[in-house]
Amino acid sequence: MDIFQSVLLTIATASTPLLLAAIGELVVERSGVLNLGVEGMMVIGAVCAFAAAYLSGNPWIGVIAGIVAGAVLSLLFGVLALSLATNQVATGLSLTLLGIGLSGMIGENFVGRAGARLPNLDIPVLTDLPLVGRLVFGQDPLFYVSIALTAAVMWFLFRTRTGLTLRAIGDNHKSAHALGINVLKYRYLAVMFGGACAGLAGAHLSLVYTPQWVENMTAGRGWIALALVVFASWRPWRVIGGAYLFGAVTIGQLHAQALGFGIPSQLLSSLPYLATIVVLVLISRDRRLTVMNTPASLAQPFVPDR
Amino acid sequence: MKKFLFALTATVALTAASGAFAEDKFKACFIYVGSKTDGGWTQAHDIGRQMVDKELGDKVETVFLENVPEGPDAERAIERFARSGCGIIFTTSFGFMDPTIAVAEKFPDVKFEHATGYKTAPNVTTYNSRFYEGRYIIGQIAGEVSKTGVAGYIASFPIPEVVMGINSFLLGARSVNPDFKLKVVWVNTWFDAGKEADAAKALIDQGVDVITQHTDSTGPMQVAEERGIKAFGQAFDQIEAGPNAQMTAIEDTWGPYYVKQIKAAMDGTWEGGKSTWDGLKDGILSMAPYTNMPDEVKAQAEKTQAAIESGELHPFTGPVNKQDGTVWLKEGEVSDDGTLLGMNFYVEGVDDKLPQ
Repeated sequence: MDIFQSVLLTIATASTPLLLAAIGELVVERSGVLNLGVEGMMVIGAVCAFAAAYLSGNPWIGVIAGIVAGAVLSLLFGVLALSLATNQVATGLSLTLLGIGLSGMIGENFVGRAGARLPNLDIPVLTDLPLVGRLVFGQDPLFYVSIALTAAVMWFLFRTRTGLTLRAIGDNHKSAHALGINVLKYRYLAVMFGGACAGLAGAHLSLVYTPQWVENMTAGRGWIALALVVFASWRPWRVIGGAYLFGAVTIGQLHAQALGFGIPSQLLSSLPYLATIVVLVLISRDRRLTVMNTPASLAQPFVPDR
Repeated sequence: MKKFLFALTATVALTAASGAFAEDKFKACFIYVGSKTDGGWTQAHDIGRQMVDKELGDKVETVFLENVPEGPDAERAIERFARSGCGIIFTTSFGFMDPTIAVAEKFPDVKFEHATGYKTAPNVTTYNSRFYEGRYIIGQIAGEVSKTGVAGYIASFPIPEVVMGINSFLLGARSVNPDFKLKVVWVNTWFDAGKEADAAKALIDQGVDVITQHTDSTGPMQVAEERGIKAFGQAFDQIEAGPNAQMTAIEDTWGPYYVKQIKAAMDGTWEGGKSTWDGLKDGILSMAPYTNMPDEVKAQAEKTQAAIESGELHPFTGPVNKQDGTVWLKEGEVSDDGTLLGMNFYVEGVDDKLPQ
């Protein structure tokens, strides 16, 4: 495999979990809910995916387990933050703490085990095409899922009536309620979609990225996904750009170090964060557009009053 | 949230109090920075504690506290152990150094042992392992098996411990291949399987055919297995992650030291103020079985290991130049421990600029 393809493949693998988690959270936030528990749902997804794949020997069962685990944990958030209208920031943060603690407990007997790996796509002839074969036809299945999911979310939010309703709820839940829309139902579904996506991102970590379970293996990727949503000003195509920019600079700086340019590694390590922030701030210069895209009732609790 | 916090506190309290019924037993306590199943540093310490249970279980009870953050929290945790009747307390991370000293002042009758630090007191000793001895051996193996003559090194933070390891590895490699080169990538984390794996991929893409690491996950080992190159395990035998990739691993074996010190504490021969820096010959450090390499390389590695164990060979023996070409060790000169423990420079041949 040539180095060009190999580097791009590494970037895709590094970016996919960020994209999966971020695109889910984007839908959640578009509905006006701020769930800071992405890291917790992701790590629970990772451990459940690994455990299920390890015990069953089938990585696809692991993927499903990861999705379900993330969604179940997000349901807990829903009950607290939506039905009981608790503070969303505090609830989300404690969800992360809970996820990390719980995953450590579930995963205790799986640490260091060699698990089942989700195999890469392999189409005869096509995958072996020079330059782009592996890139287009030979990646892990979740890579294709992440791209398809982003496209689907774009279409759903901006081309369907339900997506319009969801965005309306995120902008003004009182008006939506007055129009007879079941705000909580929409938000529950959005929150669970976000949880499922975070769980899927976790499954990518423990079945594709590094097929193993180690405690805390998300290592802050949930927080990066959260930040990407904000910096992308809640627009799906920018999330995909942000995730890949972050992945590209992360991998690029490792190559820069290995080439021995003599640039301080601390500076290089901070580059992905700097680059992503700078680029996304630059493309968000149009204030009017940014304000328009920000869900106006984000993180505000909603209690149906009549 | 409140309930959750309560549950958390209760769990911590329970862990600390587990088995606190047998009052007549000697109590040995351990403070861990990570989780006891982290698959690396802390797990190695916990396996040491389990060895104490196994060997002295009828006379000693062991208690541990996991995930104690370095800083003020550590001082509280150590103090609680001191108050709860611990006879000896092992604090197993570099960052517990000052808290250990502070608590030790208040409890002169309790014995304290701090891992990898440099501050002692009348009731505080330090203990550490000469990891660089193992790194010299794996460096030599890399020098013999590498076809490209370039190895990749995934490093965590530019502290003396890590720099010492890099230098020792390169000296080992150059002892058999004087032109050997080393590419270093700093990931600025101890533990991020994904990032470590990315670093391994980047290094392999740039032509290294052996990788080693001073970070704690098995991520790089998996990449090595997948890409069909060789690697070395870190702190733990990682053969399960790399059945065809791992050539050996540097294993931390704290158990015998713990047993020895606890026995000494019980029969009154324990001495404070000491610094122990043990190596291969003391068994605090061991090499996982040599495998996935030609027989003559294996024989050479065993020979080198025996030479280090007998004291015949010290990895840092001159002539050795610093990276800028100035002389560090003259012909036959051996580095003193102080220089090693404060090492902040590369030796000649490292293809990297040391982050300051």
